[in-house]
Amino acid sequence: MRSPQSAGSWARRLLLLLASVREVGIVLFLAILIPLISMRQPRFFAVDNFRDILLDIAIVSIVSIGQMMIIIARGIDLSVGSVLGLVAMVVGLMIRDKPAFPMLVAVLAGVAMGLFLGSINGLLVTKGRVPSIIATLGTLSIYRGLVIVISKGEWVDAYRVPPAFVQITRAPLLGAPALIIYALVIAVIFYYFLNYTRTGRDIYAIGSNPAAASMAGIRSQRITFLVFAITGTLAGLSGVLWASRFAAVANDTGTGFELQTVAAAVIGGVNIYGGSGTVPGVLLGALLMGIIVNALTITGISPFWRLAVQGLVILLAVIVDAIIERRLRRVF
Amino acid sequence: MKATDQVQNLAKQAKTSRLRLGLALARWEVQLVILLLLAVLASSFLSPYFLDVRNLFDMTFNFMEKSLMALAMTFIIIATGSVDLSIASTMAMSAIAMAIAFQAGLPMGLALVVGLAVGTLGGLFNGLLIGKARLPALVATLGTYALYRGLGYSMLGDLTIKGFPDQFNYLGQGYLPGTPVPFALVLFLALAVVFGVVLHRTTLGRFLYAIGLNEEACRFSGVAVDRIKVLLFTVSGCMAALAGAMLAARFGSTRADIGLGFELDVITAVVLGGVDIGGGSGSMVGVVLALFLLGIVRFGMSLLNIRGQVQSIVVGLLLILAILLPQIIRRLQERATPREGERR
Repeated sequence: MRSPQSAGSWARRLLLLLASVREVGIVLFLAILIPLISMRQPRFFAVDNFRDILLDIAIVSIVSIGQMMIIIARGIDLSVGSVLGLVAMVVGLMIRDKPAFPMLVAVLAGVAMGLFLGSINGLLVTKGRVPSIIATLGTLSIYRGLVIVISKGEWVDAYRVPPAFVQITRAPLLGAPALIIYALVIAVIFYYFLNYTRTGRDIYAIGSNPAAASMAGIRSQRITFLVFAITGTLAGLSGVLWASRFAAVANDTGTGFELQTVAAAVIGGVNIYGGSGTVPGVLLGALLMGIIVNALTITGISPFWRLAVQGLVILLAVIVDAIIERRLRRVF
Repeated sequence: MKATDQVQNLAKQAKTSRLRLGLALARWEVQLVILLLLAVLASSFLSPYFLDVRNLFDMTFNFMEKSLMALAMTFIIIATGSVDLSIASTMAMSAIAMAIAFQAGLPMGLALVVGLAVGTLGGLFNGLLIGKARLPALVATLGTYALYRGLGYSMLGDLTIKGFPDQFNYLGQGYLPGTPVPFALVLFLALAVVFGVVLHRTTLGRFLYAIGLNEEACRFSGVAVDRIKVLLFTVSGCMAALAGAMLAARFGSTRADIGLGFELDVITAVVLGGVDIGGGSGSMVGVVLALFLLGIVRFGMSLLNIRGQVQSIVVGLLLILAILLPQIIRRLQERATPREGERR
């Protein structure tokens, strides 16, 4: 009497478990989505197009990894878009006015600036005890305002950017545009950092149980400062990459970028309450968003629908999350 | 003996009255009033035209839409310790729905109702996601932030709708007959009183604080937490729609990109008003004061020809200082008067 039922529930359990691994969920979803788009527009399933998609998501992916670490540690960083914009503007102006500048110095300056801006966020959150959403909301406005102060309302135009700077992201590296390789290398580094180093594991510990973490001797303030500083650094690097990839910087460059990174993290299965999230998940989250945006463009759907579809995808991801979690709790 | 008693009594009284003064000064609302006066003073130095009655009233036009949305945001932050990120998008979506209904031939009054209904439904959807599906408010409203703005774009693209009737534009541009008082200001103040009374004088208001302090305890005490959350976000959507209509009336037109970033200004005002971002405390008076403070600061800076985006540096600094300064003062006090701590 009981065996067929338990067999059924066993299968259902397995399915639920599989679905609860976010990476599996997204891959399954993509496995359904990609043939559908390809049927509608065969051009979608081409090597060139996939390279375009990867190029489009590379910068978002880099910053999303930082955003994920902050969310795991129970915070949020709303200032990443402004950090990206500010660094892109400063480096862009530098390169425009002094084209002879060594490229490596420009990149390092951008990275150092990102580290500095991220450290301010980190100090406000740890030493100042300002909740991260407020602190970074404040620095979002401040950093963005500084962009205008520094640029005096000017833009950095494409034709005044030296080719060597553009080559930073466009030069082929291992058979792919360098930008894609940079993102992959950063992803691998942080995959290792989060899974195989003590500090990396500490980030999960302070996110899933702060009290236990502090009793275990983890210095949570230090870790919190560190994740904000790292994320600022990644956003700074992304500012340089952005300026190089688009060969132009506007005053509103990177506006709304913070929401894209949070979206990639949330779709990638990062728990918004902290404590869990993986690098592959976030990469897949960014990839899913990238494929959807690309599909909308390539199938000729009005670009005005893009934002609405992105919103729907975010909601769908979190609703599915909530349903699976409730089911899991009932079954186990 | 008696004399010394009297002296001691007097000393005690002096001490308590000084304590009272100290407590009053420590109240955030009082500090806000002082800041407000300073801002007025500074602005009147900057421009001789500032302290003109008509000018002072006209200045309020610039921040009434944000102020309307701040009323509902105050409730949300107090009760949930979270925010509604979708308000500016809701504002755009409902203003566009209203404008399209008007263009389709509906009388303006009905079109306004359509706009309000769309915003309220948007808020209800947020509420259901948060109250019923138990999604975190930050994530749910991040999703609808994109969704509602996107729906606005999909309805209108990059077009502009204008040509509303004069009676409608009066809502956003007009004055009370025979006075320099803008209608928008009166509407806001009336609603601020309503929201204030609900927050400070009703059971629902007490529940908001209680939920913000300890949601689990409220659930166990039989407070309909989920239903209240649905209500809060629905009201927020409705207020956003009202703000959208007021903005459309003020500009005499509407577009899909109106009010970009308003949600950040609204949250800034509420937090600057002394509402704890973690939930559970704050007052409506503080929020209203903060709204006017921010309005005057921004206006003073535009008198100095400072660009809008540069003004946001000051707004951002104010937001951070609003939280940072009280903590620093508290820490300094603790260090300065250790005996106070011992007695306790």
